[in-house]
Amino acid sequence: MFSFVVRRILHMLLVLVGISAMVFLIFFATPGADPAARIAGRNATPDTVAAVRKEFGLDKPLPVQYVLMMDHLLVTRDLTSFVNRGEKIVPEIEEAAPVTLSLVLGAAVIWVVFGVLVGVIAAAFKDTVIDRGLMVAGLIGVSIPVFWLGEVVNLLTQSRLHDTFLFSWVPALGYVPLRANPLGWFAALVLPWITLAVLYIGIYGRVLRANLIEALNEDYIRTARAKGLSDWQVLTRHALRCSLISFVTMFGLDFGALVGGGALLTEVVFGLQGVGALTYRALEDLDLPMIMATVIYASFFVVVSNASVDILYAAIDPRVRER
Amino acid sequence: MSGEAKASILEVRDLTVSFRTERGLVRAVDGVSLTLNEREILSVVGESGSGKTLTVLSVMGLVHSPNAIVEGSIRFRGRELIGLPDREMRRIRGGAIAMIFQNPMTALTPVYTIGHQIAEQVRAHRRFSRRAAWAHAVALLASVGIPNPSGAAHRFPHELSGGMRQRGVIAMALSCDPALLLADEPTTALDVTVQAQILDLIRKLRSEFGSSVILITHNMGVVAEIADRVAVMYAGRIVERAETRALFREPRHPYTLGLLGSIPPLEGERPRRLPAIPGVPPSPFAIPAGCPFAPRCRWSQAACAARPPLLAEEGHETACILSPEARAAARSELLAAPVGAT
Repeated sequence: MFSFVVRRILHMLLVLVGISAMVFLIFFATPGADPAARIAGRNATPDTVAAVRKEFGLDKPLPVQYVLMMDHLLVTRDLTSFVNRGEKIVPEIEEAAPVTLSLVLGAAVIWVVFGVLVGVIAAAFKDTVIDRGLMVAGLIGVSIPVFWLGEVVNLLTQSRLHDTFLFSWVPALGYVPLRANPLGWFAALVLPWITLAVLYIGIYGRVLRANLIEALNEDYIRTARAKGLSDWQVLTRHALRCSLISFVTMFGLDFGALVGGGALLTEVVFGLQGVGALTYRALEDLDLPMIMATVIYASFFVVVSNASVDILYAAIDPRVRER
Repeated sequence: MSGEAKASILEVRDLTVSFRTERGLVRAVDGVSLTLNEREILSVVGESGSGKTLTVLSVMGLVHSPNAIVEGSIRFRGRELIGLPDREMRRIRGGAIAMIFQNPMTALTPVYTIGHQIAEQVRAHRRFSRRAAWAHAVALLASVGIPNPSGAAHRFPHELSGGMRQRGVIAMALSCDPALLLADEPTTALDVTVQAQILDLIRKLRSEFGSSVILITHNMGVVAEIADRVAVMYAGRIVERAETRALFREPRHPYTLGLLGSIPPLEGERPRRLPAIPGVPPSPFAIPAGCPFAPRCRWSQAACAARPPLLAEEGHETACILSPEARAAARSELLAAPVGAT
């Protein structure tokens, strides 16, 4: 198990270096993408472009450029935006990351808990009204666009019903740092969490139910029943553990993608200045260093959460450890 | 019936298992009755789909499909099992009645160690501490002949060979000293040397714990080696039942004759082709109203259109209308030499 974890982490580092190199090449070395011209702005004279090129080290060979860029990004952390000169990029991301992390972590807790509940209950009551009801509700959850749901939530809690006892506690849109005010943090985020989680509860519940029902047909379930275990014990101890693989796989991918900026729509709707919103702005302005930094940041979370998932697999299923 | 002096542990009367399907009600087990005595090994033989597995699953209360209807009476030590509340059935299941399944490769949950799975059953039935249950599991693994049992208890199913897994499954079934063991083709998936060891283990279970065993198999060699009595099933019914020795010496039902006739002889000239029973078993949707074997039977006659009762003659029961003379003729035709009676 230990060597598996070490191997997986080394593998992860290698992938991260590869991604950073690739992202760098795409943004700085593709033909036509002259970063010096972008920095210098429109209508700049060739002299200015040449000066910029020298100033940013863009006249050096590519490998040196890559190392310089990574040095600015990760070590000295003084990489600046091309668009708003003087704006440092790393602090921007550092400021946005806790917002996104808070949003996604909270939503993840909700969707994992309720996804498992929905899946297990639906499987336990397979083909009954409870099962059908949950699956229809899940399908509705999957089908509702998150920005629409978010706007409806805002409409109700910020405007129409805000003055009733139900939602008078809802603070104005925006983020409240956890350290400054834990209660405020929770109050500001609980509605975005639920809004973001609805879609995933639907997906995860449905997938888990399908996997559980498949597992319940396995021979070892019959053995477990023959041992004299109750239906609930058979379901939770034997079927659930063996059905978690695809659940965990999906979680790794979804969690990584959301932390990496995929929660953009939720962030925008609820006025949260997270990484998604940051990426969106950078893309609008074609702010190359910012795009590169956010992409590397996103890939970092995708890769890390996938590595965690692999390690989790090994914990869940002993057959994985030997590969 | 023989062994009337012994107490019976299991009495099945008119067991019928039917399934609701889109094409109507299907009877998979049709009026099966059997009695099992203390310390007796009863073998149930028959081809796939003859209802043997469903019969023992009914005894376990493990016919789980919502479309299944189990009727009749199953009395275990005088207690009716059909209709028993699930909570009480669970206490018996895995405790007084245990079951070994056919395929050891898939019968164990892949994500738990073998020791954990045995200890889980022990703790489901006995007030054992975790530690005591684990120690019991290790002792059981040792008693079924697993080398280094304390190490093996920490192994996952995929780390063990088929024979070792089946021993693990058997150790699990034996964990609460069952009075009745139901073994569903326990040796089918194993190679011959391991088969012999597993059969020894079942025999030892009877001699040491005094358990009764129902052994499902389609291997006549296994039957001859281990069973006291044999019940032959065809299309959900028992067609012949006798003490093992009597059945091999004097098979009476044409289906049993066909089964025994298809075993290659050990001595004498080697047949160019093994005789096979012509035709295929009836589809469960279209079981003949009379004798279910009649369409494949060489000796079928008009009277076979009525369902033949299971009639006893010196403790040897047969559901066939053929006269003793006709049976003798059929026997000498199909079986050149008497098949190795034990």
